[in-house]
Amino acid sequence: MSNKKNTAMTFGSHVKELAKSDFITYGVVIAAFIIVSIFSSSGLLGRKAAGLLVPVCCYIVMALSLNLTVGIMGELSLGHAGFMSVGAFSGVIASMLLGEVIDNNVIRLAVAILVGAFFAAIVGFLIGIPVLRLRGDYLAIVTLAFGEIIKDLINCLVVGIDKNGLHIIFNFKGDKSAADLNLAEGGKAIIKGAQGATGTDKIATFAAGFVLILIALFIIQSLVRSRVGRAIIACRDNRIAAESVGIDVMKYKMFAFVLSAAIAGSAGALYGANYSNLVATKFDFNTSILILVFVVLGGLGNMLGSVIAATVLYILPEALREFANYRMLIYAIVLILVMILTNNPRLVALREKLFSKVSSVFKKGKKKSESEGGK
Amino acid sequence: MNKKTKMVEVPSHAIIPERDLDKSPILEISHLGIDFGGLTAVDDFSITVGRTEICGLIGPNGAGKTTVFNLLTNVYTPTRGAIILDGKSTAGKSTAQVNRMGIARTFQNIRLFSNMSVIDNVKVGMHNSIKEGFVSSIFHGMGYFKAEKAAAERALELLDFFGMTDVANDEAGSLPYGAQRRLEIVRALATNPGIILLDEPAAGMNPSETAELMENIRRIRDTFQIAVMLIEHDMNLVMGVCEGICVLNYGKIIAKGTPEEIKANPTVIEAYLGKRKEA
Ligand SMILES: Nc1ncnc2c1ncn2[C@@H]1O[C@H](COP(=O)(O)OP(=O)(O)OP(=O)(O)O)[C@@H](O)[C@H]1O
Ligand SMILES: [Mg+2]
Repeated sequence: MSNKKNTAMTFGSHVKELAKSDFITYGVVIAAFIIVSIFSSSGLLGRKAAGLLVPVCCYIVMALSLNLTVGIMGELSLGHAGFMSVGAFSGVIASMLLGEVIDNNVIRLAVAILVGAFFAAIVGFLIGIPVLRLRGDYLAIVTLAFGEIIKDLINCLVVGIDKNGLHIIFNFKGDKSAADLNLAEGGKAIIKGAQGATGTDKIATFAAGFVLILIALFIIQSLVRSRVGRAIIACRDNRIAAESVGIDVMKYKMFAFVLSAAIAGSAGALYGANYSNLVATKFDFNTSILILVFVVLGGLGNMLGSVIAATVLYILPEALREFANYRMLIYAIVLILVMILTNNPRLVALREKLFSKVSSVFKKGKKKSESEGGK
Repeated sequence: MNKKTKMVEVPSHAIIPERDLDKSPILEISHLGIDFGGLTAVDDFSITVGRTEICGLIGPNGAGKTTVFNLLTNVYTPTRGAIILDGKSTAGKSTAQVNRMGIARTFQNIRLFSNMSVIDNVKVGMHNSIKEGFVSSIFHGMGYFKAEKAAAERALELLDFFGMTDVANDEAGSLPYGAQRRLEIVRALATNPGIILLDEPAAGMNPSETAELMENIRRIRDTFQIAVMLIEHDMNLVMGVCEGICVLNYGKIIAKGTPEEIKANPTVIEAYLGKRKEA
């Protein structure tokens, strides 16, 4: 009897506790969006700053996506920009194909993002088959290789559309160009090998980026609180123990990896829709590492941390442009400082103390009612 | 307290408790063996375990006891022999599949999901009985909340069995050693096994904890009506709780029998207890 009551209470408080930390994250993102929107609509944001809004959103989503792989699934992936690339280019093709069919840019962008996510998921699945059999460093190195392979493949891609539909050729030997597509009259080459995608429509908006961040947050935070999410975390914490309780490790790792690739693909599609030209070499090893830096500095498994780290560290080098030569120096110093702040045990303890003091102010009322009902 | 169980011989020349005679055995192992390169770690290992039997697997360090558990759960693929679990062969099955067929285990060196809460560890154990698919893991509908509530209630029930409900929301890695060992047992029980394998459950426990564990092992068998197979160096626990005992030395079975028979067996005394004197 008392047991039952105890059960219900623990479950209730458990859910409340979880929901609270999730809602703080949503709250911060929504508040930031509102503030930035007010700034930009009142013209306080310079042209340059306004141009950063969409890419910042893309990199936040990339960081969230990679945090799913590295933080929650516990596997180091060094080729995440590859999925972004697949999403960007498939999204661009989709949006150009739909250009004549769909007038509404919002719907067109949404479809492009879905297409980007879909193709990145397929590529994620195909890469996952060999990669997820590997462990640790080997897995990391092979993802790095796949990231580069994707980049090189897209670098050879020549795509055009005409009234007969889509034409795709691969320029492996360097002897083919857009002319080899043999497009019918009125046709248009969208992707021209190493030149990349050119003359594509800029349909991305800050609002779309904001919505995409919320969706990515929603997917990942919901997942973590579910049976599937627990299985994924269990495989990370102790693979052998997870197998011993009947969890098919490969299945859950694959699910997390494909989901992560899909989210990265959606971020890529949004990124691609923000520019009128786009080259495959943008999504190279450096970009993968940049995103990894966001994730590591934001904290493994910490979604709000990823959002903040991606925002600050993406904007910082741009904001420092005035300092010209000192730019990278300052950037490096900031990276080191953040690393010390987030990894020094004493500072972490101090931060947690501050946090608990703040949250205890909120908790006071709740604790009272709990201690009265508890015993 | 510890009523003597009458052990009877079955056709495969093994002994099981008389009360399990009318039920098919949970585990029939015949001629099981594995080689690691040139080393034969386990050889010609044959035993039968009754439905509700508590049996012990003992032997000096390095005898191959843990290896037997790893063979039973297909962590290692046997070089020779057959394992029949609940009437079905486990050959070619993965560790996860073998668990779903009915074997759960704990580990000699504790393997908890130490960053997760205690209750979540148990919920991971219940993985295959929670009705929640991939879609509802992301889009939490009514089904999700129903499944999660039922899971939390069941998990707390299991924790209550070991008096662990008050630490349900603590991090598993922060528990004291004894509690971690108990949590591993709860997690294994959460998979609804037909037999639970305990690898040195009393290691690192003080005498009062060990006594409590002994009681708990009997309670597990009585409440869940499952078989228990345990590896243990603590002879008081083994002799006090096990109905059938199997002694392993250098990978081979050197004796099988009731605790009384094992205690009186000269080969065992020489191989096992004799070694102790030397040391
Ligand atoms: N994966 C492996 N590769 C090679 N040899 C192994 C492997 N696993 C176990 N062995 C060897 O098999 C033998 C039996 O080891 P096992 O761990 O089963 O002993 P044990 O009876 O559990 O001992 P303890 O009481 O110390 O736990 C040892 O000689 C060990 O070195
Ligand atoms: Mg052992």
